[in-house]
Amino acid sequence: MDMRDTFLTDISAAIDTDPRIALVLADISAVAVEDVALRHPDQVINVGIREQTLIGVAGGLALTGLRPVAHSYAPFLIERPFEQVKLDFGHQDTGAVLVSIGGSHEWTEGGRTHMSPGDVALLDTLPGWTVHVPGHAAEVRELLADALLRDDRIYLRLNIRANRVPHLGSGFQTIRQGTAGVVLAVGPMLDSVLEATAGRDLTVLYASTIRPFDGVRLRSAVWDARPDVAVVEPYLRGTSSHFVNDALADVPHRVLSLGIRRDTEIRRYGTPEQHDTAHGIDPDGLRTAFDGFFSVN
Amino acid sequence: MTTMTRLEYPDLPGLIDRMSGAEKHTPASQSTTDVLWVLYDEILNVSPSTVDDPLRDRFLLSKGHGPMAYYAVLAAKGFIDPAELDTWATYDSRLGQHPDRVLIPGVEIAAGSLGHGLPLGIGMALGLRAQGNSTSRIVVLTGDAELDEGSNHEAIQVAARLNLGRLTTVVVDNSSASLGWPGGIADRFEREGWDAVTVDGRDHRVLADALRDKPGTRPRAVIARVEPKHLFQ
Repeated sequence: MDMRDTFLTDISAAIDTDPRIALVLADISAVAVEDVALRHPDQVINVGIREQTLIGVAGGLALTGLRPVAHSYAPFLIERPFEQVKLDFGHQDTGAVLVSIGGSHEWTEGGRTHMSPGDVALLDTLPGWTVHVPGHAAEVRELLADALLRDDRIYLRLNIRANRVPHLGSGFQTIRQGTAGVVLAVGPMLDSVLEATAGRDLTVLYASTIRPFDGVRLRSAVWDARPDVAVVEPYLRGTSSHFVNDALADVPHRVLSLGIRRDTEIRRYGTPEQHDTAHGIDPDGLRTAFDGFFSVN
Repeated sequence: MTTMTRLEYPDLPGLIDRMSGAEKHTPASQSTTDVLWVLYDEILNVSPSTVDDPLRDRFLLSKGHGPMAYYAVLAAKGFIDPAELDTWATYDSRLGQHPDRVLIPGVEIAAGSLGHGLPLGIGMALGLRAQGNSTSRIVVLTGDAELDEGSNHEAIQVAARLNLGRLTTVVVDNSSASLGWPGGIADRFEREGWDAVTVDGRDHRVLADALRDKPGTRPRAVIARVEPKHLFQ
Protein backbone atom coordinates (compact mmCIF):
# COMPACT_ATOMS: atom_id res chain seq x y z
CA MET A 1 0.00 0.00 0.00
CA ASP A 2 1.45 3.40 -0.92
CA MET A 3 1.44 6.48 1.28
CA ARG A 4 -1.83 7.88 -0.05
CA ASP A 5 -3.68 4.58 0.34
CA THR A 6 -2.27 4.23 3.82
CA PHE A 7 -3.48 7.69 4.74
CA LEU A 8 -6.97 7.11 3.34
CA THR A 9 -7.26 3.72 5.05
CA ASP A 10 -6.04 5.00 8.39
CA ILE A 11 -8.08 8.20 8.40
CA SER A 12 -11.20 6.16 7.64
CA ALA A 13 -10.48 3.85 10.57
CA ALA A 14 -9.79 6.83 12.82
CA ILE A 15 -13.11 8.45 11.91
CA ASP A 16 -14.86 5.19 12.78
CA THR A 17 -13.53 5.36 16.32
CA ASP A 18 -12.93 9.04 17.10
CA PRO A 19 -15.88 11.48 16.83
CA ARG A 20 -13.46 14.38 17.14
CA ILE A 21 -11.89 13.86 13.70
CA ALA A 22 -13.34 15.48 10.58
CA LEU A 23 -11.94 14.99 7.07
CA VAL A 24 -12.43 17.83 4.59
CA LEU A 25 -11.96 17.22 0.87
CA ALA A 26 -12.21 19.18 -2.36
CA ASP A 27 -13.14 16.20 -4.57
CA ILE A 28 -9.59 14.79 -4.61
CA SER A 29 -9.70 11.32 -2.97
CA ALA A 30 -13.45 11.61 -2.25
CA VAL A 31 -14.26 8.33 -3.98
CA ALA A 32 -11.80 6.49 -1.75
CA VAL A 33 -13.66 7.50 1.41
CA GLU A 34 -17.22 6.97 0.20
CA ASP A 35 -17.84 4.15 2.66
CA VAL A 36 -16.76 6.00 5.76
CA ALA A 37 -18.61 9.08 4.53
CA LEU A 38 -21.82 7.05 4.50
CA ARG A 39 -21.17 5.84 8.04
CA HIS A 40 -20.18 9.27 9.36
CA PRO A 41 -21.63 11.94 7.06
CA ASP A 42 -20.93 14.72 9.57
CA GLN A 43 -17.24 13.83 9.75
CA VAL A 44 -16.44 13.51 6.05
CA ILE A 45 -17.10 16.75 4.20
CA ASN A 46 -16.53 17.19 0.48
CA VAL A 47 -16.92 20.86 -0.51
CA GLY A 48 -16.35 20.22 -4.20
CA ILE A 49 -13.56 21.92 -6.11
CA ARG A 50 -13.39 24.91 -3.78
CA GLU A 51 -10.03 25.12 -2.08
CA GLN A 52 -10.54 28.40 -0.22
CA THR A 53 -13.57 26.81 1.39
CA LEU A 54 -11.63 23.59 1.96
CA ILE A 55 -9.27 25.45 4.28
CA GLY A 56 -11.82 27.86 5.72
CA VAL A 57 -14.15 25.03 6.66
CA ALA A 58 -11.28 23.18 8.31
CA GLY A 59 -10.57 26.35 10.28
CA GLY A 60 -14.18 26.62 11.39
CA LEU A 61 -14.26 22.98 12.47
CA ALA A 62 -11.18 23.58 14.60
CA LEU A 63 -12.90 26.55 16.24
CA THR A 64 -15.57 24.16 17.51
CA GLY A 65 -13.01 21.79 19.00
CA LEU A 66 -12.86 19.15 16.28
CA ARG A 67 -9.59 17.93 14.77
CA PRO A 68 -9.86 18.80 11.06
CA VAL A 69 -7.86 16.98 8.41
CA ALA A 70 -7.81 18.70 5.01
CA HIS A 71 -6.42 16.88 2.01
CA SER A 72 -5.67 17.59 -1.64
CA TYR A 73 -2.83 17.88 -4.12
CA ALA A 74 -0.10 20.03 -2.62
CA PRO A 75 -0.56 23.03 -4.96
CA PHE A 76 -4.30 23.14 -4.22
CA LEU A 77 -3.88 22.57 -0.49
CA ILE A 78 -1.06 25.02 0.25
CA GLU A 79 -0.39 27.39 -2.64
CA ARG A 80 -3.84 28.24 -3.95
CA PRO A 81 -5.49 28.93 -0.57
CA PHE A 82 -2.33 30.12 1.17
CA GLU A 83 -3.93 33.14 2.82
CA GLN A 84 -6.52 30.82 4.34
CA VAL A 85 -3.71 28.59 5.59
CA LYS A 86 -2.13 31.67 7.15
CA LEU A 87 -5.22 33.26 8.70
CA ASP A 88 -7.74 30.46 9.32
CA PHE A 89 -5.52 28.38 11.63
CA GLY A 90 -2.55 30.11 13.25
CA HIS A 91 -4.11 33.58 13.34
CA GLN A 92 -7.20 32.04 14.96
CA ASP A 93 -4.96 30.21 17.45
CA THR A 94 -6.16 26.83 16.18
CA GLY A 95 -4.60 23.90 14.37
CA ALA A 96 -5.28 21.29 11.72
CA VAL A 97 -3.66 18.44 9.86
CA LEU A 98 -3.04 19.24 6.19
CA VAL A 99 -2.23 16.14 4.14
CA SER A 100 -0.90 16.67 0.63
CA ILE A 101 -0.08 14.40 -2.24
CA GLY A 102 1.89 15.23 -5.37
CA GLY A 103 4.56 17.35 -3.75
CA SER A 104 7.51 18.23 -5.87
CA HIS A 105 7.42 16.07 -8.99
CA GLU A 106 5.39 12.98 -8.32
CA TRP A 107 2.88 13.13 -11.17
CA THR A 108 5.37 14.29 -13.78
CA GLU A 109 3.13 13.40 -16.69
CA GLY A 110 0.75 16.05 -15.33
CA GLY A 111 3.34 18.79 -15.47
CA ARG A 112 3.86 21.97 -13.49
CA THR A 113 0.26 22.58 -12.38
CA HIS A 114 0.25 19.55 -10.08
CA MET A 115 3.67 20.20 -8.53
CA SER A 116 4.34 22.30 -5.44
CA PRO A 117 8.08 22.42 -4.76
CA GLY A 118 7.58 25.61 -2.72
CA ASP A 119 5.10 24.27 -0.17
CA VAL A 120 7.55 23.75 2.68
CA ALA A 121 9.21 27.12 2.03
CA LEU A 122 5.79 28.77 2.17
CA LEU A 123 4.91 27.14 5.48
CA ASP A 124 8.28 28.35 6.78
CA THR A 125 6.84 31.86 6.57
CA LEU A 126 4.27 30.95 9.24
CA PRO A 127 4.92 30.15 12.90
CA GLY A 128 4.11 26.86 14.52
CA TRP A 129 3.87 24.39 11.64
CA THR A 130 5.26 20.90 12.04
CA VAL A 131 6.28 19.49 8.65
CA HIS A 132 6.47 15.75 8.11
CA VAL A 133 7.99 14.41 4.89
CA PRO A 134 7.68 10.64 5.34
CA GLY A 135 9.74 8.34 3.19
CA HIS A 136 7.65 5.21 3.65
CA ALA A 137 4.01 4.24 4.19
CA ALA A 138 4.81 2.82 7.64
CA GLU A 139 6.10 6.24 8.64
CA VAL A 140 2.86 7.82 7.38
CA ARG A 141 0.91 5.51 9.65
CA GLU A 142 2.86 6.56 12.73
CA LEU A 143 3.00 10.28 11.94
CA LEU A 144 -0.73 10.46 11.13
CA ALA A 145 -1.74 8.64 14.31
CA ASP A 146 0.26 11.12 16.37
CA ALA A 147 -1.05 14.13 14.44
CA LEU A 148 -4.67 13.14 15.02
CA LEU A 149 -4.18 13.15 18.78
CA ARG A 150 -2.83 16.69 18.87
CA ASP A 151 -4.30 20.16 18.39
CA ASP A 152 -1.48 22.00 16.66
CA ARG A 153 -0.64 22.69 13.03
CA ILE A 154 0.77 19.78 11.10
CA TYR A 155 1.63 19.36 7.42
CA LEU A 156 1.95 15.77 6.25
CA ARG A 157 3.53 15.71 2.79
CA LEU A 158 2.93 12.35 1.09
CA ASN A 159 4.86 11.00 -1.88
CA ILE A 160 4.19 8.32 -4.43
CA ARG A 161 7.76 7.08 -4.35
CA ALA A 162 9.13 5.63 -1.13
CA ASN A 163 12.32 4.28 0.38
CA ARG A 164 12.77 0.50 0.53
CA VAL A 165 12.53 0.34 4.31
CA PRO A 166 10.89 2.64 6.87
CA HIS A 167 12.77 4.44 9.61
CA LEU A 168 10.39 4.98 12.47
CA GLY A 169 11.20 7.35 15.25
CA SER A 170 11.42 11.06 15.86
CA GLY A 171 14.14 13.57 15.14
CA PHE A 172 17.03 13.09 12.74
CA GLN A 173 18.11 9.46 12.72
CA THR A 174 21.64 8.28 12.03
CA ILE A 175 21.51 5.81 9.16
CA ARG A 176 25.23 5.61 8.48
CA GLN A 177 28.24 6.89 10.41
CA GLY A 178 31.28 8.48 8.76
CA THR A 179 33.91 11.15 9.36
CA ALA A 180 34.32 13.15 6.16
CA GLY A 181 31.01 15.02 6.40
CA VAL A 182 27.28 14.78 6.99
CA VAL A 183 24.47 14.28 4.50
CA LEU A 184 20.94 15.00 5.69
CA ALA A 185 18.41 13.12 3.54
CA VAL A 186 14.80 14.24 3.82
CA GLY A 187 11.98 11.70 3.37
CA PRO A 188 11.92 9.93 0.01
CA MET A 189 15.42 11.17 -0.89
CA LEU A 190 17.05 8.64 1.44
CA ASP A 191 17.49 5.71 -0.94
CA SER A 192 19.09 7.88 -3.61
CA VAL A 193 21.38 9.38 -0.97
CA LEU A 194 22.37 5.94 0.30
CA GLU A 195 23.17 4.82 -3.24
CA ALA A 196 25.18 7.97 -3.91
CA THR A 197 27.15 7.71 -0.65
CA ALA A 198 27.85 3.96 -0.86
CA GLY A 199 31.51 3.36 -0.05
CA ARG A 200 32.02 6.97 1.07
CA ASP A 201 33.14 7.84 4.59
CA LEU A 202 30.07 10.02 5.22
CA THR A 203 27.47 10.24 7.97
CA VAL A 204 23.93 9.97 6.63
CA LEU A 205 21.13 11.46 8.73
CA TYR A 206 17.50 10.84 7.88
CA ALA A 207 14.56 13.15 8.57
CA SER A 208 10.92 12.21 8.17
CA THR A 209 10.13 15.35 10.18
CA ILE A 210 11.95 18.45 8.91
CA ARG A 211 10.10 21.03 11.05
CA PRO A 212 10.89 21.42 13.80
CA PHE A 213 14.47 21.12 12.55
CA ASP A 214 16.54 18.83 14.76
CA GLY A 215 19.53 21.14 15.12
CA VAL A 216 20.71 19.32 18.24
CA ARG A 217 21.15 16.07 16.35
CA LEU A 218 22.85 17.84 13.45
CA ARG A 219 25.32 19.47 15.85
CA SER A 220 26.22 16.16 17.42
CA ALA A 221 26.69 14.61 13.97
CA VAL A 222 29.00 17.46 12.99
CA TRP A 223 30.88 16.97 16.26
CA ASP A 224 31.81 13.46 15.11
CA ALA A 225 32.63 14.39 11.51
CA ARG A 226 34.06 17.18 9.41
CA PRO A 227 31.61 20.15 9.54
CA ASP A 228 30.64 19.87 5.89
CA VAL A 229 26.87 19.38 5.58
CA ALA A 230 24.87 18.47 2.49
CA VAL A 231 21.08 18.70 2.68
CA VAL A 232 19.02 16.78 0.12
CA GLU A 233 15.37 17.81 0.12
CA PRO A 234 12.53 16.72 -2.20
CA TYR A 235 11.35 20.34 -2.59
CA LEU A 236 13.08 23.65 -3.30
CA ARG A 237 16.82 23.37 -2.77
CA GLY A 238 18.07 25.37 0.17
CA THR A 239 14.72 25.38 1.98
CA SER A 240 16.45 24.22 5.18
CA SER A 241 19.79 25.99 4.68
CA HIS A 242 19.06 28.69 7.22
CA PHE A 243 18.20 26.07 9.81
CA VAL A 244 21.56 24.39 9.21
CA ASN A 245 23.30 27.73 9.58
CA ASP A 246 21.39 28.54 12.76
CA ALA A 247 22.20 25.13 14.26
CA LEU A 248 25.89 25.60 13.46
CA ALA A 249 26.06 29.34 14.09
CA ASP A 250 29.15 29.01 16.30
CA VAL A 251 30.84 26.31 14.22
CA PRO A 252 32.82 27.07 11.06
CA HIS A 253 31.00 24.94 8.49
CA ARG A 254 30.15 24.51 4.83
CA VAL A 255 26.71 23.76 3.41
CA LEU A 256 25.66 22.18 0.13
CA SER A 257 21.95 22.56 -0.67
CA LEU A 258 20.39 20.08 -3.04
CA GLY A 259 16.78 19.72 -4.11
CA ILE A 260 14.40 21.13 -6.68
CA ARG A 261 16.00 23.80 -8.84
CA ARG A 262 14.90 27.38 -8.25
CA ASP A 263 16.44 28.92 -11.36
CA THR A 264 14.25 27.33 -13.99
CA GLU A 265 10.97 25.56 -14.60
CA ILE A 266 11.54 22.07 -15.99
CA ARG A 267 8.93 22.17 -18.77
CA ARG A 268 8.95 18.40 -19.31
CA TYR A 269 6.68 15.42 -18.66
CA GLY A 270 8.12 11.88 -18.46
CA THR A 271 8.95 10.11 -15.21
CA PRO A 272 9.85 11.30 -11.69
CA GLU A 273 13.25 9.68 -12.17
CA GLN A 274 13.88 11.82 -15.26
CA HIS A 275 12.95 14.90 -13.24
CA ASP A 276 15.31 13.80 -10.46
CA THR A 277 18.04 13.82 -13.07
CA ALA A 278 17.01 17.27 -14.32
CA HIS A 279 17.26 18.62 -10.76
CA GLY A 280 20.53 16.84 -10.04
CA ILE A 281 19.08 14.68 -7.28
CA ASP A 282 19.19 11.25 -8.91
CA PRO A 283 21.94 8.97 -7.51
CA ASP A 284 24.41 9.95 -10.24
CA GLY A 285 23.75 13.65 -9.81
CA LEU A 286 24.05 13.40 -6.04
CA ARG A 287 27.29 11.43 -6.30
CA THR A 288 28.79 14.08 -8.57
CA ALA A 289 27.70 16.87 -6.23
CA PHE A 290 29.01 15.05 -3.15
CA ASP A 291 32.36 14.32 -4.83
CA GLY A 292 32.75 18.00 -5.60
CA PHE A 293 31.81 19.11 -2.10
CA PHE A 294 33.21 16.60 0.36
CA SER A 295 36.90 15.83 0.76
CA VAL A 296 36.37 12.14 0.14
CA ASN A 297 38.41 9.65 -1.79
CA MET B 1 -12.72 45.67 36.69
CA THR B 2 -14.98 48.66 37.00
CA THR B 3 -18.66 48.35 37.66
CA MET B 4 -20.63 48.13 34.42
CA THR B 5 -23.59 50.41 34.08
CA ARG B 6 -26.31 49.30 31.71
CA LEU B 7 -25.86 51.05 28.39
CA GLU B 8 -28.42 51.37 25.62
CA TYR B 9 -28.60 52.19 21.94
CA PRO B 10 -28.51 55.98 22.47
CA ASP B 11 -25.19 55.50 24.26
CA LEU B 12 -23.48 53.99 21.20
CA PRO B 13 -22.43 57.27 19.51
CA GLY B 14 -20.73 58.35 22.72
CA LEU B 15 -18.89 55.05 22.89
CA ILE B 16 -17.85 55.34 19.25
CA ASP B 17 -16.61 58.87 19.89
CA ARG B 18 -14.12 57.44 22.39
CA MET B 19 -12.43 55.71 19.44
CA SER B 20 -13.18 57.89 16.43
CA GLY B 21 -10.20 60.18 16.98
CA ALA B 22 -8.11 57.39 15.50
CA GLU B 23 -10.75 55.84 13.30
CA LYS B 24 -9.94 54.54 9.86
CA HIS B 25 -13.24 53.55 8.24
CA THR B 26 -16.04 55.68 9.64
CA PRO B 27 -18.76 54.87 7.08
CA ALA B 28 -18.20 51.12 7.27
CA SER B 29 -18.23 51.26 11.02
CA GLN B 30 -21.43 53.18 11.22
CA SER B 31 -23.20 51.16 8.54
CA THR B 32 -23.18 48.16 10.88
CA THR B 33 -24.31 49.90 14.07
CA ASP B 34 -28.00 49.04 13.90
CA VAL B 35 -27.53 45.45 12.77
CA LEU B 36 -24.99 44.88 15.55
CA TRP B 37 -27.22 46.43 18.18
CA VAL B 38 -30.26 44.38 17.19
CA LEU B 39 -28.18 41.19 17.10
CA TYR B 40 -26.70 41.64 20.55
CA ASP B 41 -29.80 43.23 22.09
CA GLU B 42 -32.51 40.90 20.80
CA ILE B 43 -31.19 37.98 18.77
CA LEU B 44 -27.95 36.36 19.86
CA ASN B 45 -27.93 33.96 22.79
CA VAL B 46 -24.56 35.02 24.16
CA SER B 47 -23.48 37.16 27.09
CA PRO B 48 -20.21 38.01 28.83
CA SER B 49 -20.76 35.02 31.13
CA THR B 50 -21.34 32.54 28.29
CA VAL B 51 -18.50 33.33 25.87
CA ASP B 52 -17.13 29.79 26.35
CA ASP B 53 -20.50 28.00 26.56
CA PRO B 54 -20.65 25.37 23.79
CA LEU B 55 -24.35 26.13 23.33
CA ARG B 56 -23.87 29.88 22.80
CA ASP B 57 -24.69 31.53 19.51
CA ARG B 58 -21.62 32.52 17.48
CA PHE B 59 -21.35 35.92 15.83
CA LEU B 60 -18.59 36.28 13.24
CA LEU B 61 -17.71 39.80 12.13
CA SER B 62 -16.24 38.87 8.76
CA LYS B 63 -16.05 42.49 7.67
CA GLY B 64 -13.39 43.15 10.26
CA HIS B 65 -12.50 46.65 9.17
CA GLY B 66 -14.36 49.50 10.79
CA PRO B 67 -14.97 47.70 14.09
CA MET B 68 -15.86 50.75 16.18
CA ALA B 69 -19.56 49.97 16.18
CA TYR B 70 -18.74 46.37 17.12
CA TYR B 71 -16.56 47.40 20.05
CA ALA B 72 -19.17 49.95 21.13
CA VAL B 73 -21.87 47.26 21.21
CA LEU B 74 -19.56 44.84 23.02
CA ALA B 75 -18.87 47.55 25.57
CA ALA B 76 -22.54 48.39 25.96
CA LYS B 77 -23.32 44.72 26.54
CA GLY B 78 -20.53 44.24 29.09
CA PHE B 79 -18.08 42.13 27.05
CA ILE B 80 -15.43 44.84 27.41
CA ASP B 81 -15.03 47.77 29.75
CA PRO B 82 -16.04 51.06 28.08
CA ALA B 83 -12.86 52.59 29.47
CA GLU B 84 -10.90 50.24 27.27
CA LEU B 85 -12.30 51.99 24.20
CA ASP B 86 -9.99 54.90 24.99
CA THR B 87 -6.99 52.65 24.33
CA TRP B 88 -8.19 51.69 20.86
CA ALA B 89 -5.53 50.81 18.29
CA THR B 90 -2.64 51.58 20.63
CA TYR B 91 0.21 49.13 21.17
CA ASP B 92 -1.02 47.72 24.46
CA SER B 93 -4.72 47.69 23.55
CA ARG B 94 -6.73 44.58 22.82
CA LEU B 95 -8.87 46.62 20.44
CA GLY B 96 -7.27 46.89 17.02
CA GLN B 97 -8.63 48.25 13.77
CA HIS B 98 -9.30 44.62 13.03
CA PRO B 99 -10.67 42.50 15.92
CA ASP B 100 -8.72 39.52 17.23
CA ARG B 101 -10.46 36.61 18.93
CA VAL B 102 -7.29 35.71 20.78
CA LEU B 103 -7.27 39.10 22.52
CA ILE B 104 -10.96 39.78 23.21
CA PRO B 105 -13.30 37.33 24.99
CA GLY B 106 -16.53 37.02 23.04
CA VAL B 107 -14.97 37.79 19.66
CA GLU B 108 -15.33 34.57 17.67
CA ILE B 109 -12.85 35.13 14.83
CA ALA B 110 -9.83 37.25 14.09
CA ALA B 111 -10.87 39.17 10.99
CA GLY B 112 -9.52 41.87 8.71
CA SER B 113 -8.78 40.20 5.42
CA LEU B 114 -12.11 40.00 3.60
CA GLY B 115 -13.86 36.79 2.65
CA HIS B 116 -12.79 34.56 5.54
CA GLY B 117 -15.84 34.71 7.81
CA LEU B 118 -18.35 32.78 5.76
CA PRO B 119 -16.14 29.71 5.09
CA LEU B 120 -15.14 29.72 8.76
CA GLY B 121 -18.82 29.99 9.71
CA ILE B 122 -19.66 27.00 7.55
CA GLY B 123 -16.95 25.02 9.29
CA MET B 124 -18.34 26.06 12.66
CA ALA B 125 -21.87 25.08 11.65
CA LEU B 126 -20.61 21.70 10.44
CA GLY B 127 -18.53 21.22 13.58
CA LEU B 128 -21.42 21.97 15.90
CA ARG B 129 -23.73 19.71 13.91
CA ALA B 130 -21.20 16.88 14.12
CA GLN B 131 -21.19 17.32 17.89
CA GLY B 132 -24.97 17.14 18.11
CA ASN B 133 -25.45 20.83 18.81
CA SER B 134 -28.60 21.89 17.00
CA THR B 135 -29.15 24.81 19.37
CA SER B 136 -26.45 27.32 18.51
CA ARG B 137 -26.81 29.71 15.61
CA ILE B 138 -23.91 30.98 13.52
CA VAL B 139 -24.39 34.55 12.32
CA VAL B 140 -21.82 36.00 9.91
CA LEU B 141 -21.75 39.71 9.05
CA THR B 142 -20.32 40.71 5.66
CA GLY B 143 -20.52 43.80 3.49
CA ASP B 144 -21.72 44.13 -0.07
CA ALA B 145 -18.18 45.01 -1.20
CA GLU B 146 -16.76 42.11 0.77
CA LEU B 147 -18.93 39.85 -1.38
CA ASP B 148 -16.55 40.67 -4.24
CA GLU B 149 -14.18 38.11 -2.73
CA GLY B 150 -14.62 34.79 -4.53
CA SER B 151 -14.32 32.81 -1.32
CA ASN B 152 -17.78 34.05 -0.37
CA HIS B 153 -19.27 32.60 -3.52
CA GLU B 154 -17.68 29.22 -2.90
CA ALA B 155 -19.20 29.37 0.57
CA ILE B 156 -22.63 30.54 -0.56
CA GLN B 157 -22.80 27.53 -2.85
CA VAL B 158 -21.65 25.08 -0.20
CA ALA B 159 -23.80 26.25 2.72
CA ALA B 160 -27.20 25.52 1.24
CA ARG B 161 -26.15 22.26 -0.37
CA LEU B 162 -24.99 21.03 3.03
CA ASN B 163 -28.31 22.12 4.60
CA LEU B 164 -26.81 24.48 7.15
CA GLY B 165 -30.04 25.79 8.59
CA ARG B 166 -28.28 27.16 11.68
CA LEU B 167 -26.25 29.58 9.55
CA THR B 168 -27.31 33.16 8.88
CA THR B 169 -25.41 35.71 6.81
CA VAL B 170 -26.13 39.39 7.24
CA VAL B 171 -24.94 41.48 4.33
CA VAL B 172 -24.77 45.13 5.28
CA ASP B 173 -25.28 46.75 1.90
CA ASN B 174 -24.05 50.33 1.65
CA SER B 175 -23.62 50.12 -2.14
CA SER B 176 -19.86 50.10 -1.87
CA ALA B 177 -19.12 47.18 -4.23
CA SER B 178 -17.18 48.87 -7.03
CA LEU B 179 -18.80 46.88 -9.83
CA GLY B 180 -22.17 46.49 -8.15
CA TRP B 181 -24.47 43.46 -7.93
CA PRO B 182 -26.82 43.57 -10.96
CA GLY B 183 -30.07 41.84 -10.05
CA GLY B 184 -29.45 42.35 -6.35
CA ILE B 185 -27.56 40.57 -3.63
CA ALA B 186 -30.45 38.46 -2.35
CA ASP B 187 -30.68 36.81 -5.77
CA ARG B 188 -27.14 35.40 -5.38
CA PHE B 189 -28.16 33.61 -2.22
CA GLU B 190 -31.61 32.51 -3.34
CA ARG B 191 -30.44 30.80 -6.50
CA GLU B 192 -28.00 28.78 -4.38
CA GLY B 193 -30.76 27.60 -2.07
CA TRP B 194 -30.77 30.14 0.74
CA ASP B 195 -33.78 31.91 2.17
CA ALA B 196 -33.04 35.56 1.55
CA VAL B 197 -34.75 38.76 2.57
CA THR B 198 -33.84 42.40 1.96
CA VAL B 199 -34.68 44.86 4.71
CA ASP B 200 -34.01 48.38 5.92
CA GLY B 201 -30.73 48.12 7.78
CA ARG B 202 -31.65 51.02 10.05
CA ASP B 203 -35.10 49.75 11.15
CA HIS B 204 -34.69 47.78 14.36
CA ARG B 205 -38.12 46.17 14.19
CA VAL B 206 -37.75 44.75 10.68
CA LEU B 207 -34.16 43.78 11.34
CA ALA B 208 -35.22 41.82 14.42
CA ASP B 209 -38.00 40.10 12.48
CA ALA B 210 -35.58 39.14 9.71
CA LEU B 211 -32.87 37.94 12.07
CA ARG B 212 -35.08 35.98 14.47
CA ASP B 213 -34.44 32.24 14.59
CA LYS B 214 -36.49 30.19 12.17
CA PRO B 215 -36.71 26.42 11.84
CA GLY B 216 -35.58 24.63 8.72
CA THR B 217 -32.58 23.33 6.86
CA ARG B 218 -31.97 26.31 4.59
CA PRO B 219 -29.38 28.90 5.58
CA ARG B 220 -30.70 32.43 5.75
CA ALA B 221 -29.40 35.65 4.20
CA VAL B 222 -30.51 39.04 5.47
CA ILE B 223 -29.56 41.91 3.19
CA ALA B 224 -29.56 45.02 5.37
CA ARG B 225 -29.60 48.06 3.14
CA VAL B 226 -28.22 51.33 4.49
CA GLU B 227 -27.24 54.68 3.03
CA PRO B 228 -24.75 54.49 0.14
CA LYS B 229 -21.23 54.82 1.41
CA HIS B 230 -20.43 57.94 -0.62
CA LEU B 231 -22.87 60.01 1.42
CA PHE B 232 -20.40 59.84 4.27
CA GLN B 233 -17.36 60.91 2.27
